[in-house]
Formats: sequence, structure tokens, C-alpha cells
Amino acid sequence: MSRALLEVNSLHRWFGGLHVIDEVSFSCRAGIVKAIIGPNGAGKTTLFNLIAGSLAPASGSILFDGRPTGGLPPHQIARRGISRTFQATRLFPRMSVLENVMVGRHVRTRGGFMASMIGPALMGPGEKRAREACLAVLDELGAADLAGRDAASLAFGRQRVVEIARALASEPRLLLLDEPACGLNPAETEDMGALIGRIRDRGITVLIVEHDMSLVMGISDEVLVLSAGRRIAEGAPRDVQADPQVVAVYLGEADA
Amino acid sequence: MYLRRYFPVFCLLFLVILVQLGLAALKLEFYMTQLTMSAYYTLVALGLTLLMGYAGQVSMGHGGFFAIGGYAAAVLATVGFASWVSLPAAILITGLVALLIGIPVLRLRGHYLAMATLAFGIIVLRILLGTNLFGGADGLSDIPAFRLFAGLAITGRKALRVQNYYIAWGLVLVGLLTGINLVHSRVGRALRAIHGNEDAAAAMGVDVARFKLATFVLSALYAGVGGACLAFFNGGIGPGEAGVMKSVRYVALVAAGGMGSLWGTLAVSTALTFLSLRGAFGVYDDAVFGAILVGIMLFAPEGVFSLLARRNRPGNAQ
Amino acid sequence: MRATQLLQYLLAGIATGSVYAVVAIGFTVVYNATGIINFAQGEFLMLGGMIAISLAPVMPLPAAIAVAVLATGAAGVLLQIVFLSWLKNPAVLRMIIITIGLSILVREAGLHIWDEKVHALPFFSGDETSSLAVLGARISPQVLWVLVISACMVVGLTLFFRSTLLGKAMRACASNPTAARLCGIRASTVVTLSFFLAAAMGALAGCAVSPLTQTQYDMGSSLAVKGFTCAVLGGLGSVPAAVAAGLVVGVLETASVSVLPLAYKDVVALGILLLILVLKPQGLFARRPVAQARAGG
Repeated sequence: MSRALLEVNSLHRWFGGLHVIDEVSFSCRAGIVKAIIGPNGAGKTTLFNLIAGSLAPASGSILFDGRPTGGLPPHQIARRGISRTFQATRLFPRMSVLENVMVGRHVRTRGGFMASMIGPALMGPGEKRAREACLAVLDELGAADLAGRDAASLAFGRQRVVEIARALASEPRLLLLDEPACGLNPAETEDMGALIGRIRDRGITVLIVEHDMSLVMGISDEVLVLSAGRRIAEGAPRDVQADPQVVAVYLGEADA
Repeated sequence: MYLRRYFPVFCLLFLVILVQLGLAALKLEFYMTQLTMSAYYTLVALGLTLLMGYAGQVSMGHGGFFAIGGYAAAVLATVGFASWVSLPAAILITGLVALLIGIPVLRLRGHYLAMATLAFGIIVLRILLGTNLFGGADGLSDIPAFRLFAGLAITGRKALRVQNYYIAWGLVLVGLLTGINLVHSRVGRALRAIHGNEDAAAAMGVDVARFKLATFVLSALYAGVGGACLAFFNGGIGPGEAGVMKSVRYVALVAAGGMGSLWGTLAVSTALTFLSLRGAFGVYDDAVFGAILVGIMLFAPEGVFSLLARRNRPGNAQ
Repeated sequence: MRATQLLQYLLAGIATGSVYAVVAIGFTVVYNATGIINFAQGEFLMLGGMIAISLAPVMPLPAAIAVAVLATGAAGVLLQIVFLSWLKNPAVLRMIIITIGLSILVREAGLHIWDEKVHALPFFSGDETSSLAVLGARISPQVLWVLVISACMVVGLTLFFRSTLLGKAMRACASNPTAARLCGIRASTVVTLSFFLAAAMGALAGCAVSPLTQTQYDMGSSLAVKGFTCAVLGGLGSVPAAVAAGLVVGVLETASVSVLPLAYKDVVALGILLLILVLKPQGLFARRPVAQARAGG
């Protein structure tokens, strides 16, 4: 792999006068799990939002598979092969689990208004294939039994799994997981770690923002540390853990 | 799955035929005129259901699109264009206006969108009232019939009453079918996703702005078709069709029917519009619809049918 | 155009505009307290005018107006308590539809209690032929009444919000409901009071303007839309900004008669609304972006 899957160069972003992303550069090779960690307010979710397109960078570039994505709207970035979950799960209410996941498959299906109005004659086979693909994803995540349930009625931990299934339905190359362990108990966190590992083993690159250090240390191949919008350290988990700057930021002269 | 989805459509077709035969047998054919008119108004409500119930965008100005369709057809037909030109042209014009209005206005949400669409409807009304071409307060009349083929025509002549009843309800069935197909497709899912959470929908690859606009234009087209056909059927059209009360009525019908329910809207709209046209509400016509709005929103926000069948998950996708 | 004609337009426009400003203030006060846009706001002007008109033959005009103002204020409170107070965190769409439905009900009540005809209060001073000379322009004294009454209402309201405990409590509630509640301020009182104020002020404005523009059962909806225009122009949070916006819209609308056919006059205010909503929904004067209605959903 000569070229990184994701390349972020000299990224800057302000909120009012606050310099929330300050000269952040890093890269992510394909096929790994990379964790972004840092104290509160470090800019982790902002970085995610910049990569996913819900925010536009003030300056700098984001290259996915060699093509720039900075400033593109979220739906186009999704089409390029980047999928995401949200810190507070955002499943679609009043829709079943399967329907939620099928929305995730939106970029892999075809058919606009005209075709849809004409109906099953045109759309039927595509719908069937999409359905099967989504059920397969749910099955892989151990949630196939939830398919018909109302998404809003699920337990919190299961909702998280469904949201990941929804993000996977589009067969992304890069998956952004925003605090996947947030609110999970230790057993669930372990399952989540295993799940992330399985996703990586399928060839999907995973970028996660996380606070839970056991998960980060256990599952990541690389770690990026942010503090106050700046890149503090980057590398293998053990190395980053031992980095004195990182330690200082978490324990000592924290200026976040 | 398909059987369950389309079986009610066949039932409706059967019902439509049954009603016509029944009315003929009982010598009550005069009801057919109001039933035909109800069909055209219901078409508007169906389109609005897609916009409000599925895409989750409110429109307080759909009477405006109905009026544009009707007046465009009327003007073109009166001026001398053949009716097979006037009708499609009127529908096209309605769609274009919806596109022009929709692009800026759909960036708004909530109250702002409601007010903007309300303002749109009133602007249409004022233009219709203030322009001689549109007949001012009297509206337009003496619109020639819309000739289809082999003697089939959309017109108010008694002799063709049965024909027109079937044409109108045929259009409703087509509108219903396309609506049902849309709702069960990936587009329908995308719309419900937008309604549920716009940002998440966008993250899943849904082009939110385009879908909202397309739904808005589609619902305007439904209204335009209803307006144009009603103009031919009645032989005339008046500026009141663009009024606030009419626009609000459509919202009331959609809300009472269950907001996201095509069938609910169909039932409520047909019933209430028919009663209103028959004069059943007398001078309290507008008040009734106002009361429906308030009552439904206070006591049965999921629609009147949710009161009858208290399920855990009201408002199931159709 | 000649200076006197310009002045005439200006004065007439300011008079119209001050009515819009009062409607806008009504929207703003209720919105600040509740996060709701009360579409029925325009109907309060109609109610106030109609009640005063009915009472005017049997009591002195000031008394009739006072009763009308209080009665309409009570009506506003009634509306809020009966229909709105027991909704918990309703969706925005639901609130929009309810208040629109309420505005229709009030309107229809107006139609059936009174009638569909045009009515008017007698002129407060003089009659329809009197005119004052102001810097060369001739205007009806009623125009001055409208200006003075509106100005008094605005000043009174500003003083109320700034200097009285109750007014400050309302402002606290608007900016941080939770903190206000923790300080012992009852949100329900604030909400009810805001409806009373909005309705009473609307009624007073409706009475003041009745001799000039007449009162009719269906005058509420176009007033509501125009008043909302001004409220949005002013940023939907600030009373002074709403007033300024009201004056601007009023003057523009009146001046438009010189370039557009009279029938399109309404279109001006509506056109402004659409433009503002599309270009700068946070209003021309707002310092910070306006939050969408706080009602969750």
C-alpha cells in the first residue's frame, strides 16, 4: 500500500474565535483500526465531522483514496465510501431496524422518484437484493432477530450495534465510529472490541474516537492523540501510551 | 407482500365502481358531482401527505398550487389552446413554480417554513385577485371542456357525469398507486429517514435537499393536476382556491388522516370534502376544519384512526 | 415626488408600521416565553376592535376600549390555559398546526358573534374629515393617536421588562428556563402573563387603528403574516428590533402604492418576508442566530 487511504494535511477549523483544529495532519493506511484519543474538548468529534463532511475545513486538505473531500457535503462523502456512526445514536424513529439498515444501503441502491413511483416492476429485484444484503449485515453482527423491531424501542447497547450495521450496509472502505463504547458496560465493551476487530478483518478501515482506554489499547493498530485541537502524538498504542507529552496532557499540565 | 400492499387498491376500485352503480340504481346520480369534486381535492391531500407525512415538511400554501394548476389550464384553454396542450402545460407550470419556490424556501424549517409557504399562498391569492387576466375576484368561467378521445371529456355536463366520476377517481387511484409505490421504495425510506433525522440521513448518502425539493414539487404536481382537472370539470375556477382557508383545510385533512397515512388521508379527505361540498357544515364550514385541526393535534396527533385502534406503534408505514 | 407627499407616505407608513410592530411584539413576547409562534396573534387585534365597537354605544369610548383590552387579554389567557398549557414538549409541527387551528376558531367565532361586515370605532378625536397639518402634510389625528398609543405600549413594555421584578422574571425565563425555575420563578405564570400581554397589546392596537383601517372578522391572518415578517426581520427575540422592523415594513408597503397597483400592496410585505426568510432568517438586526422553537419533538 503505497498511498494512505486517508490523508489529512494541515487542517484548520475555527468556531468563532476558538481554534478547534490547529494544524492537524495525519494519515491512515487501509485495513487498520486507528483510534483518536485526547482529553475533552480536544477536537476529536470535530475532526470526525470534518472528515465526514458535516463541517468544512477552514484550510488544509483531506484526501480519501487520493481524492480531496474537504468541503464536500456528507451525502457525497458517503458515496465515496466513508460511513459513520454518531456519539448519541441517531437511529431513525418510526422505522424498523431493517428499514434503518436499508437506508444505510442507500448509496448502493439505485432508483429515483420516477422509477420508484412506477413500482415493483422496476424496483423489485433491487429491493430484494438490498433486503438480503442488509439482513446479512445484521446477521453478522448478531442482530438479525431484531430486524422487525421498532428501532427506538431497543436497548441502548443494541441500538449501537444497529447503528454500526446501518453504517456497514453501504460497504464502506472507511468506517468512522464516534465513541462506540460510550455508555456500554465492560462486557458490552469487550463485545464491541471484538466486533471492531471483525470489521477490520473484513478489510474495512476503522477510525474510532474513544475515551475507553481498554478498548483503545486492546483493539487499535495505531493511535492519534489530540489535545486542544493539536496533534500531540501518533503511533502504535504502547508507544503513545508511554509518550511523556501524552501523559502530561492527561494527567499533568493539562491545558485543554 | 405485494398482495397485502395492493389489495386495498383493488378494494378501492371495487368500491368506486360499487358506489357508482349503487347511486345509479337509487337514482341518486346527483351525488356524483360532489364525489367527483371530492376526488380532485383529495388528490391535493394525497400529495400533501407525501410531503408532510413522509418528508416531514409542512406546507401552508398548497391551495396556491391547486389554483396555479387550475388558472393556468383555464387561461390556456380559454385563450384557444387545444385542451391536450392546456392540461399538461398547466401541470408543467405548476411544477416549475414549485421548483422555483422550493429551492430557496425548503432551506427553512419549522415555523419559518410554515410562514414562508403561507406567504406563498397569500401572494398567489393576491396576484389572482389583482390581475384582470385572471378575472379578479370573480375568477374565470366558461372554460371549454377537456376533450380526451372518443367522446371522453372532463366537463361538468350531466350527460358525461359518470365518465367524469371515473376519470376523477381513476386519477386518485393512479395518485394513490404511485404514492404507495414511492412510500415502499428506497425513496420512501429516504424520505422517512429525512423526517426522522436529517443529519443522519445525509450521513447515509441521502441528498436531503434534492429529496425535499423533489417531494415538494411532486406534491405540487398532485395539486396542480387536481386544480387543472377541477377547472375543466367545473368550467370555472375562483381565487378562493388559493386562500388560506383552503390551504389550511388540506393540512387538516392530512393531519386527521394520520399525517403519514395515504389511506387515512384518502378516507378523511373524501368524507369531509364531500360533506363540506354538500353543505353539511353550513355556515360553520371553516370553523369545522379549524376545530378538526385543533382537536386532532391536541387529542389524536397520530390521526383519527389511532383513536380507534390503539396500537403500540401508531403511524405504521403504509 | 414632492416633499409633502413623501412626508404623507412616511407618516401613514409609520402608522401602519406601528400596528405591525405591535403584532410583531406580540409574537416576540410569546416566543421568548414559550418558544411558540402563536399564529392567532393577529386575531387579538380583531377581537379588541370588535368588542370595543360593540361596547362603544353604551359607554364612553375610553371605557369601551379598556374593557375590550382586558377582555381580549383574558381571551388570550383562556386560549393558552385551555389549549396549550397541558402539552408537554410538543413537536414544532404540532404547535404550528394547533395555533393555526386556534386562529381559525377565533376568526370564525368573530364571524358568528358579530358578522362579516366591516365595522369601525369612532375616531378618538374629531371625525373622518378632520386633519392636522404636520410640516406641510395633512394627516388624520387618528394617525397620531396610533403612533402615540403604540409608542406608549412599546415604552411601557420596555420599562416593564427592565425595571419591574415580574418583567425581569420573564426575561430570565426566556433566556434560561431551568435557571429561572431554580430561582423560584414559575414558568407557567410567565407563560400566561406573556399571552395576556400579547393579547392586550394587540387589542389596544386593534382599537387604535380601527377608525382608519376598519375592523373585519378576517383581518387577522394578513396581520399575522405581516407582523411575523417584522418579528423575523427583527430577529424574533428583541422588542426594539421588532418595532424598527415594523416601521420599515409599514413605510415600504405604503410607499409601494406609488409604484405597484394597489391590489398588490399586500404582496410587498409578503415578498419582504420571503426574502428575509430565504436570505437571512436570523433577521436584519439580530446579533446572534435565532434558535428554533424550543419545543422538542
